[in-house]
Amino acid sequence: MSTDSTDLEWENVAGQSPMSSDQSSSGLSRRQFVQILGGGLLISVLPFPALGQQGGGGRGEARGMVVSARVHIAKDGLITVMTGKVEGGQGARAELTQAAAEELGVPASRVQLIMADTGLVPDDGMTAGSRSTPSTVPAIRQGAAAARNLLIAMAGRRWGVEEKAVQMRDGKVTDGTAGHELSYADLAADEGQSKALEQSIPSGVTVTPVKEWKVMGTSVPRPNGRDLVTGVHQYPSDITRPGMLYGKILRAPSYGAKLKAIDLSRAKAMKDVVVVQDGSFVGVAAPALFAAEQALMAIAGTASWEAAEHPSSEKVFDYLREHAQGGVPKNPFADEMAAAGKSLRQTYHVAYVQHAPLEPRVGVAEWQDGKLTVWTGSQNPFGCQQELARALNLSRDRVRVIVPDFGGGFGGKHSPDAHIEAARLAQAAGKPVLVRWTREEEFTWACFRPAAVIDVEASLDAKGALTCWHFVNINSGGSAVDTPYRAGKIKCQFVGSDSPLRQASYRALAATANNFARESFMDELATLAGSDPLAFRMAHLDNARLSAVLDAAAKRFDWAGRRAKKEANTGVGLACGTEKGSYVAACVQIAIREGRIVVQHVCEVFECGAVINPANLLSQIQGCITMGIGPALREEMRFQNGQITNASFWGYGVPRFADLPELDVHALDRPDLPSVGAGETPIIAVAPAIANAVFHATGQRIRQMPVKL
Amino acid sequence: MEELIKFTLNGKPVEVTADGDRMLLWVLRVDLGLTGTKYGCGESYCGACTVLVDEKATHSCMTPLKMVQGKSVVTIEGLANNGEMHPLQRAFMENDALQCGYCTPGMILHAYELLKKHPNPTEGEIVNGMEQNLCRCGAHKRIIEAIQAAAQAMKGV
Repeated sequence: MSTDSTDLEWENVAGQSPMSSDQSSSGLSRRQFVQILGGGLLISVLPFPALGQQGGGGRGEARGMVVSARVHIAKDGLITVMTGKVEGGQGARAELTQAAAEELGVPASRVQLIMADTGLVPDDGMTAGSRSTPSTVPAIRQGAAAARNLLIAMAGRRWGVEEKAVQMRDGKVTDGTAGHELSYADLAADEGQSKALEQSIPSGVTVTPVKEWKVMGTSVPRPNGRDLVTGVHQYPSDITRPGMLYGKILRAPSYGAKLKAIDLSRAKAMKDVVVVQDGSFVGVAAPALFAAEQALMAIAGTASWEAAEHPSSEKVFDYLREHAQGGVPKNPFADEMAAAGKSLRQTYHVAYVQHAPLEPRVGVAEWQDGKLTVWTGSQNPFGCQQELARALNLSRDRVRVIVPDFGGGFGGKHSPDAHIEAARLAQAAGKPVLVRWTREEEFTWACFRPAAVIDVEASLDAKGALTCWHFVNINSGGSAVDTPYRAGKIKCQFVGSDSPLRQASYRALAATANNFARESFMDELATLAGSDPLAFRMAHLDNARLSAVLDAAAKRFDWAGRRAKKEANTGVGLACGTEKGSYVAACVQIAIREGRIVVQHVCEVFECGAVINPANLLSQIQGCITMGIGPALREEMRFQNGQITNASFWGYGVPRFADLPELDVHALDRPDLPSVGAGETPIIAVAPAIANAVFHATGQRIRQMPVKL
Repeated sequence: MEELIKFTLNGKPVEVTADGDRMLLWVLRVDLGLTGTKYGCGESYCGACTVLVDEKATHSCMTPLKMVQGKSVVTIEGLANNGEMHPLQRAFMENDALQCGYCTPGMILHAYELLKKHPNPTEGEIVNGMEQNLCRCGAHKRIIEAIQAAAQAMKGV
């Protein structure tokens, strides 16, 4: 459950009557909070607004009422902000810290951010879909602004002046009179004042306008950067607990294989080894990883399996088309297209790829007094809590999930599996258990970006203008399936299929596939119309924000100049697109060397509204481009007989230093527009621009990702 | 087979009694509690487990413990000097040459060896030198910039 639509209330922690220690799924009682963070002021998100009306003695005094705290200000002025969002490298920790600091009028270094501990933080929804910037930043700003307003109101009352006369400077307020200065520590310490203000909290809190930003809009560095470069930071993989065992899980020899029988006796006979079987789940745990591996090996050989049919990656596109749900939709404009002067129909294929985060899945589980605590790397801590409760038949309030900043997710770590595996083994062992997936397990049993089969048809009139457009995505998703171009009669559809691999989100997953097909096809249409690819796109664009990034990229790249002075075995291509409210255009230059494509130069212009953190934005755009080169050039999962045949970094070619092109990245700042996320959309223009450049270099049209010559 | 292995770890002598065929990565992480050295693939393809063995960048996931007998091992925890970060660590921070940071210890230690060989590296030398280290967040460009910045900062040191 997301609480992005923040309903705020505040409470003064200190001096309240003792609360029940009942703990909910997403928070602590006030007393527990006081124990952890000390007394002071709490600004809370109400998970259930109705609770605010319970009890007679003021807000939140009903038995069992929990505090889903957003901001805590300790009596010494220490500011702690809490969020259910996670940090997996995308920079949310810096950005959300900035959001709070901005509204509190303090430097970012004054704010401590607690992320993704279901026992402490509000549920901000999963960290996905580029939602942290448009949803959680505003939620945190409102919570922090409410605290700031309290301080200002308190000062106004104490000095008998209008609130307008109170100025905020460096975390302190003053009305300009000598001796009239109050800080957050004063506010947090003054129980009487804050209690008197209880009823006066406005429901809608005004946040600082962009033009007055001091902390937002600046390149605040990663708050835990020092811990990351010194090796101090504890990733989920680095968590150890007293007496912890190491777990290994029996994996099927192929997808869909069913366990018929297994003899566990050899592992059970081993010293200090715990063996668990629950239906097809078989796992072992031992005090050392090597011992656990030995135990698993001892029983794996005794297992008998019933194999299942599974299509190969060679045949997967036919398979997906054959299994399109409800069949592949017919072109509703077939008659118009047949009558049109020019028309074109093409099919595009996008392979399954994997996120391959450098930190594989891991879970550490510990049971105590019937309660379960799990440390894991996940983009969905509250979802994990729910999954654990379901899998282990517990109520949610007995499960706490803690997600330390982890080693990359990219959409692939919503449900890490290892959290449940570790919890099951720990339950049986009566000791904490760590389950860490190997790279091979990760490549085989984690999830994949869906493969796509995309059919596109369009027609042009005599002047080269689009008259009809029919676009069908089979299997990979409906994001950005609609065309941003003026195209006459338009029908864009997504139909699901029967995926042979376990699918999940990925950085701009379907938008990447849909944009690859659309932008490659637009290039083909430009050729059919006898137009330049840039001019053809511009002629069909009404969207000013998209035109702006395309125009800016073309100018920075010198599109016209570079296209005119084409050299042998080199080519230039461009692509643009919009997704999740942001806009991107890329121009690339490639060379063909010994039959291989070398991406030499990428110029990308991106626009996501008002820029919150320029350095992190640059990192995200560069990261998208660099990561996007992998699935564009090489990355694809290969499988046969239900087995992944390239389940290692040797067989699966992620981008390396040698793949890095010259990068010219530019962000268009639009302080007049709301900020939206930037971790996904910059990837969507990369592959089609490369494919279009290959055509320019070789005359060969590319209709599959990865690009194959 | 359990044996006594003596080596220098981050400047201090250590003695470990363990199976000499166990990989250094796990001895560092489990027996010695130094978790800054990361598991990424266990097959020597990603570089997340890179440590320095006698100043040479080495994949600890494929290095049996007995191979470091009598040698000097430096992990990311040992690079700072009395709390003062190494110029590479500072440069990685200042250039935002990381996102999730999981590859960072291996990157920094490999870059350490690179700068020993090439105190003033060209971009090509950095690309070649760092080729064995994977970064999935795509921080490559800023990693190159950070290594160049560190090379500048280390001049005359």
